[in-house]
Amino acid sequence: MSILVIAEHDNSAINGATLNTISAAKAIGGDIDLLVAGEACGAAAEAAAKIEGVTKVLVADDAAYKYQLAESMGDLVAELGKGYSHILAPATTTGKDFLPRAAALLDVNMVSEIVKVESADTFLRPIYAGNAIATVQSNDAIKVITVRATGFDAVASEGGSASVESVSAIADKGVSTFVGEELAKSDRPELTAASIVISGGRGMQNGDNFEMLYKVADKLGAAVGASRAAVDAGFVPNDMQVGQTGKIVAPDLYVAVGISGAIQHLAGMKDSKVIVAINKDEEAPIFQVADYGLVADLFEAIPELESKL
Amino acid sequence: MKVLVAVKRVIDYNVKVRVKADNSDVDLANVKMAMNPFCEIAVEEAVRLKEKGVATEIVVVSIGPKVAQEQIRTSLALGADRGILVETEEKLESLSVAKILKGIVDKEQPQLVILGKQSIDNDNNQTGQMLGALTGLPQGTFASEVTVEGDKVNVTREIDSGLRTVGLTLPAIVTSDLRLNEPRYASLPNIMKAKRKPLEVVTPSDLGVEVKSTQTLVKVTPPAERSAGIKVASVDELVEKLKNEAKVL
Repeated sequence: MSILVIAEHDNSAINGATLNTISAAKAIGGDIDLLVAGEACGAAAEAAAKIEGVTKVLVADDAAYKYQLAESMGDLVAELGKGYSHILAPATTTGKDFLPRAAALLDVNMVSEIVKVESADTFLRPIYAGNAIATVQSNDAIKVITVRATGFDAVASEGGSASVESVSAIADKGVSTFVGEELAKSDRPELTAASIVISGGRGMQNGDNFEMLYKVADKLGAAVGASRAAVDAGFVPNDMQVGQTGKIVAPDLYVAVGISGAIQHLAGMKDSKVIVAINKDEEAPIFQVADYGLVADLFEAIPELESKL
Repeated sequence: MKVLVAVKRVIDYNVKVRVKADNSDVDLANVKMAMNPFCEIAVEEAVRLKEKGVATEIVVVSIGPKVAQEQIRTSLALGADRGILVETEEKLESLSVAKILKGIVDKEQPQLVILGKQSIDNDNNQTGQMLGALTGLPQGTFASEVTVEGDKVNVTREIDSGLRTVGLTLPAIVTSDLRLNEPRYASLPNIMKAKRKPLEVVTPSDLGVEVKSTQTLVKVTPPAERSAGIKVASVDELVEKLKNEAKVL
């Protein structure tokens, strides 16, 4: 068996979810090739070659891949993927964007967001917002899969010595262009990579009050997240959303502040090792999944927590 | 311009999902069904484009059993002009759905196709992208803003690190995210009017699509339950437990 993993990167560094995806590839078994498609992505390719378990790094360095747009990525992955038994990408907004295109071009179905590998053709994935776990067997000649990072431990980013090979780009059809980006700027760790996450919900009342959570986060080296209710209400931007349609996190410690615990939110954090809930409503469903619950007014509890850390 | 919207009949999002005792699937017997929430957002966006004078006709398509006509009628009540049901009793995988939708796109030649980014039953998040590949059209997935200008559409996408805007040449495909809009409720007069709007019924084979399944659902199990822990009485006790019992601080 041979597996093609598509690396997620920013042309200079490899995104952490790639390491979890390689871990899933190892569980399937076989040679693992890693595709780095970007523009001026030499540094990312160099980092890719050091990742544990990678046999060969394929580098497609072309203007067409600078922003990893779905149209050009789909064409490239479908073309390169023909010779493999499996094609894997992280289940990030980038992987979810281009990989179904590649699958359709290869005339195969796709298995989304696997959390466990049962065998080379059978995988576990959550359905119905995580309220059920499906075991799915793929009978396609090429198995095309996105991998939910929280389901797999990351492989080491150092210690490997893969060969690096250039592959040629496929002519861009010119129907899509990158217009612009508004990226979150933060010195705190990235939500999906942080070992501690503190999230606020509707109970925070407004965006300014999130400042209290930032202070606690900075003492703990934590990332700050939010429930859909807080994002919909405009308290904080969308990239902070934890939940079924936001980010899926599984840190060592998850602190839910003023979050009631809608199923949608639980789907994004219930695999955390330790969950703390702080909410003044003792009936809030979040307490049913929390290891430690504190029934309290968050406007008193959070400043007190900050002072005692 | 003509806008095509695809909608799916799924379990109502308020219903608590239960796995069948024999682990063959989730139990959908006598369960309330509704339009997939992301599809509702897709319909709403098309209606707003029509209200702005950008869209001239909205065609809604659904693929599923006869009762899926209900979701098409709902879309018509919200402002779509006509409906197409591709009737099938089979449980289709994404690639077959995309092939059927390609058949509709070939026939209808819309300038814009709007779909929900995923359905809340299988959570696949694949169909719009697959349709893009099969038709060769560009895509703007997970859209939170859609602006049509001339022969282009700018789509602002919700991505992991924030927002990204892509420019697509029409015809194009858009998949809706949660914050694209807030869908309206259908008014009673519009629900009555929708009953008289045209609804065509075709089959996958009418569109020249041979439906085939390549995935086997081996079993469905409930997720690992997390049990409630303890309540602490104070912030002091919480910090103490996190340090000494859970050892996470």
